[in-house]
Amino acid sequence: MSKKYGVYICKGCGIGDALDIEAICDVVEEEALPCKTHDFLCGQEGVDLIKKDIEENGTNSLVIAACSRRVNYNTFKFDGCIVERVNLREGVVWSHPREEFPKLTEEEKEDENNFDRVQMMAEDYLRMGMARVEKVKLPEPYLLETMSKKIMVMGGGTTGMSAALDAANAGYDVTIVEKEAQLGGNALKWRKQLPLQAPYEELIPPVAADKIKAVQDHPKIDIRTETVVARIAGQPGDFTVTLKKPGEKIEFDVPYPLPEEMRVDENGKELEHEALMEKYREYNEGRRDILTLDPNGEKFGAVILAAGWRPYQPKEDEFPHLGWGASPDVITNYQLEQMVAEGKITRPSDGKDAKNVVFIQSPGNGTDSDFPYSGVVTGMVALKQAQYVREDYEDGKAYIFYQHMRTSGLAENFYKAAQQDPGIFMTKGEITSVEKNGSGLAVSAKDTLLGENIGINADLVVLGTGMVPVTYDDPTVNLAYRQGPGFRDNEVFDWYADSNFICFPYETQRTGIYAAGGVRRALSVEESMEDASGAALKAIQCLESVNRGISVHPRSGDMTIPEFFFQRCTQCKRCTDECPFGAIDDDEKGTPKPNPTRCRRCGTCMGACPERIISFADYSIDSIGSQVKAVEVPSEDDYDEPPFRILGLVCENDAYPAMDIMGLHKKSFSADVRIIPVRCLGSVNVIWIKDALSQGMDGVFLLGCKHGDDYQCHFVKGSELAQIRMKKIGDALSSLALEEERVAQYEVAIDDYDNIPGIINSFVEQIEELGPNPFKGF
Amino acid sequence: MSEAQGAPLSGSIMVVGGGISGLTTALEAAEVGYEVFIVEKNPYLGGRVAQLKQYFPKLCPPTCGLEINFRRIKDNPRIKFFTLADVEKVEGSPGNYNVSIKLNPRYVNENCTCCGACADACQSEIPNEFNFGMDKTKGAYLPHEMAFPARYVISPQIIGTEDAKRCKEACPYDAVDLDMQPGTMDLNVGAIVWATGWEPYDAAKIDNLGFGQYPNIITNMMLERQAAPNGPTGGKIVRPSDNKAPESVAFVQCAGSRDENHLPYCSYICCMASLKHATYIREQYPEAKVYIFYIDLRTPGYRYEKFYGKVKEDENVEFIKGKVAAVEDGGNGRVTVVAEDAVSGEKVQQTVDMVVLATGMQPTAVNAKLPAADLKYTEEGFIINDLEKGGMFATGCANKPADVMMSNQNATGIALKAIQTMMKR
Repeated sequence: MSKKYGVYICKGCGIGDALDIEAICDVVEEEALPCKTHDFLCGQEGVDLIKKDIEENGTNSLVIAACSRRVNYNTFKFDGCIVERVNLREGVVWSHPREEFPKLTEEEKEDENNFDRVQMMAEDYLRMGMARVEKVKLPEPYLLETMSKKIMVMGGGTTGMSAALDAANAGYDVTIVEKEAQLGGNALKWRKQLPLQAPYEELIPPVAADKIKAVQDHPKIDIRTETVVARIAGQPGDFTVTLKKPGEKIEFDVPYPLPEEMRVDENGKELEHEALMEKYREYNEGRRDILTLDPNGEKFGAVILAAGWRPYQPKEDEFPHLGWGASPDVITNYQLEQMVAEGKITRPSDGKDAKNVVFIQSPGNGTDSDFPYSGVVTGMVALKQAQYVREDYEDGKAYIFYQHMRTSGLAENFYKAAQQDPGIFMTKGEITSVEKNGSGLAVSAKDTLLGENIGINADLVVLGTGMVPVTYDDPTVNLAYRQGPGFRDNEVFDWYADSNFICFPYETQRTGIYAAGGVRRALSVEESMEDASGAALKAIQCLESVNRGISVHPRSGDMTIPEFFFQRCTQCKRCTDECPFGAIDDDEKGTPKPNPTRCRRCGTCMGACPERIISFADYSIDSIGSQVKAVEVPSEDDYDEPPFRILGLVCENDAYPAMDIMGLHKKSFSADVRIIPVRCLGSVNVIWIKDALSQGMDGVFLLGCKHGDDYQCHFVKGSELAQIRMKKIGDALSSLALEEERVAQYEVAIDDYDNIPGIINSFVEQIEELGPNPFKGF
Repeated sequence: MSEAQGAPLSGSIMVVGGGISGLTTALEAAEVGYEVFIVEKNPYLGGRVAQLKQYFPKLCPPTCGLEINFRRIKDNPRIKFFTLADVEKVEGSPGNYNVSIKLNPRYVNENCTCCGACADACQSEIPNEFNFGMDKTKGAYLPHEMAFPARYVISPQIIGTEDAKRCKEACPYDAVDLDMQPGTMDLNVGAIVWATGWEPYDAAKIDNLGFGQYPNIITNMMLERQAAPNGPTGGKIVRPSDNKAPESVAFVQCAGSRDENHLPYCSYICCMASLKHATYIREQYPEAKVYIFYIDLRTPGYRYEKFYGKVKEDENVEFIKGKVAAVEDGGNGRVTVVAEDAVSGEKVQQTVDMVVLATGMQPTAVNAKLPAADLKYTEEGFIINDLEKGGMFATGCANKPADVMMSNQNATGIALKAIQTMMKR
């Protein structure tokens, strides 16, 4: 598109009072761009002024210098136009009130050594806005040449079948892949199931059987039993999936990345590329590389991982005080469920009736936690199984020992219903021992609600053990991705394929693949079915987004994709390694192969690239670099005591909104700072920092999200990667005889608006102490 | 271009309630491609979570996720939202509902630039509902600084006064319209999702716990507002009688919940909320003692167990298993919690500077009847979903007590149920 520029400056909301608008117009006109001002640009008349230029003069590249882009977002949205919002209101005028940063008096103006910091700030922001609008392009949607809208559901248990039905009932073709010969999963084998609906008081027959019938009858659902996924290659909308029989070894089994210890030589030095590839091939012998597409593979557009859980099997010596391993009459809740599916509850040791059954919910030994991998559901299961005891024997007695009865929410109703049964005894208590006592077991507990130690003669002891996600044992999804076959960060979530985001529970760091059910957390059937619907929605949403050529969450609707200038690529593989979403693979030589529909547009690859060959249509090394270069850096040639210039690269998701609130609260910070919002700190390329310092700016700070286990970075790794890069840049600075302290990164949250002024000002003070950048003026 | 046909992407969905559940349902459906209308009774979106300082267990600010969601709304032309709006009438059947919506006047029009001149000019103050009346706000106000839409509101309480005129005169952009009248709007939608959320249970109804009787007994949501940086005390937790830093705080769990006389169910969030509140207090006051009186600590699952484990490590946080029988005057503005330790059987009396009642959640629909005849409710007022019939659904805490993560999970799935309703027609 050939650009026709227009710059529009609003004088409202105090901007016109605080700033010399004419002088700002001069800055615009220096660049030979047309400049218009208005007292109330977001009002009808102001907007009409802009629209008139668009319609009559063909203006299509607009710089709107007014309020923050977070407000009036619709007012200043013009189809087919590039719009750059220059934040004069929150960013300059409101956060630098004239009471604190007075204008120059007429007298002061006479002396050329005086300057107006706030005015300088506004003028710089105009220059920066004009620089950006010149460098960016209007994005166009990225469309796949061929696209599949079929959904693959991994796992044919209640969750998988529910997800399949949910997607099929919305009009999508679904294939269920189940490793067993029969659909139904764990829940099919149960005698009874926990209730699905209010009043949540009574057990119901398992729904799995009905679900099996429903999926079998559904014209849009294709079922593959005794089948597993060997690999999933490609990207959303265009996955190529290789299926196989369980246990089979095939050439399209997914290869694994080399483990860390194999990537280095005997001295701990990273191996050269050729040697690495050699080792990789050896390590994955018999398996084709991830980039070799299976010609017989099946096409899918999105995947739902509903591979479920396995029962927690305690190690032989794990709970000796509970009699585990010593007596066959101490079993897990899962083993009891298997037993009652066949018949009555009996003692494994001698097959006799087990009428007195003790259920233990917490392993004790000083902890009041439940067994590992449990949840609300494991408490509910104890209540359910207690009812089995009562069903099987009129004189049967069930004793439930818990530390905390965790029937949260409406599950409480089920607990209350169980309390009505005189044959079910429930108490808080810590089990101190389970020992053989004749043909039965003697169970001792302390700290009970009865105020004393209790001893019970039991026929059977049942441990309320948890549900281990299958991702604990195996990556399961088998992605043919260079970063590896599994989801990332599962270790943070005890190996559940869970999300770190409370707000966005279906985030998996692998676009187009959504987990549901027991693979995510210990969930009841009801919760798993709900979860299945959510995962199905996300799979469909991903397909429709790919179909429109736009990004999914969190940059939903973004049309840009990373573009690579391959001629200059040095095959360093940093983009492949650092992408938080595993969107990039690389070939034998190490040349990156981007997968645009896996991409979330965070720009981490752009930040990582030392050759600076990665860019987005509206966000590039050049667009931000030009903004940095547009900042005027006064030197002693200009003023006897030139002001400092400090660059702030600020995460647009959290830190930038917080800075807007600073403006709203009229909280001030140094007027020598220039702020540039970035998509994520992960997208910050060190060249911007080097550019800033080499043009004489005195310091650079980054404001971004918290990292670590409770990370808040919307792109998971961005702020963490930035931190690593900033550490490295410190060395580079010292080689230039610049102090490391000139670059800093701070973790802030969106509600830190009261703290950010202090953070910025103390950084500025630190720079002032170091003195001006020695490169200034060169 | 594609191998298979997907959903036809026609038909629209109305989501009632713009809290976290409603926002999630609306956005997830809109990002599939459907038209969505959000109807919100408050002048801002975000609902209950906008009042929270932090989410458990990550201890991160809810405005972070809200900001992303608001950006998704800004970028998505398929979502339209109405604030200060009530659904008045719903008629029709799945796939075809005619809805009447009442639009209450904001007295501020779209000219508002959020400059704040009206609030500066306004002299009168009204109780700040966002802060549960713990402070006051001007009669012309921005509900909170991150409010979306970022537009001022003029309270009906000052309409007709000189103050209202002052606001009008102060506005340089002619954004104050004191003659604004309530309006109605009719919509035809294929599906309706009730995301009407919850209210904190009225602590004054629990006679034995002293709320309203002693100033230093507050609710958990009040503590949340105190701790929030944009709250009535600027983030300082203080005891209301004298704004003194509390040296000891007792939490009364199940204040109303799990109680046949009040809320017979468990409110799901209060145990984790109190553990979170303990971290707020302990961070501000390194010497303060915290006592948590509970029936069961409901911190199920790996995340919550871990969080509980961390709080338990703090020696200044003491857990007492016992239902609180009464909260009484402890002299000098202090309050005494009386309970029976369920394990030792001994009577416990703990005098503290401040008591926090961990009140539970009651579905909003209990006190504000929804205008849809064929909704089914539990005895406690939660809406029971009829997934077979479809058409209308409840999500989040309108459906059952839940935390934010479960609500979002549920709300995402309900978006698909609403879409399926359109498919069936």
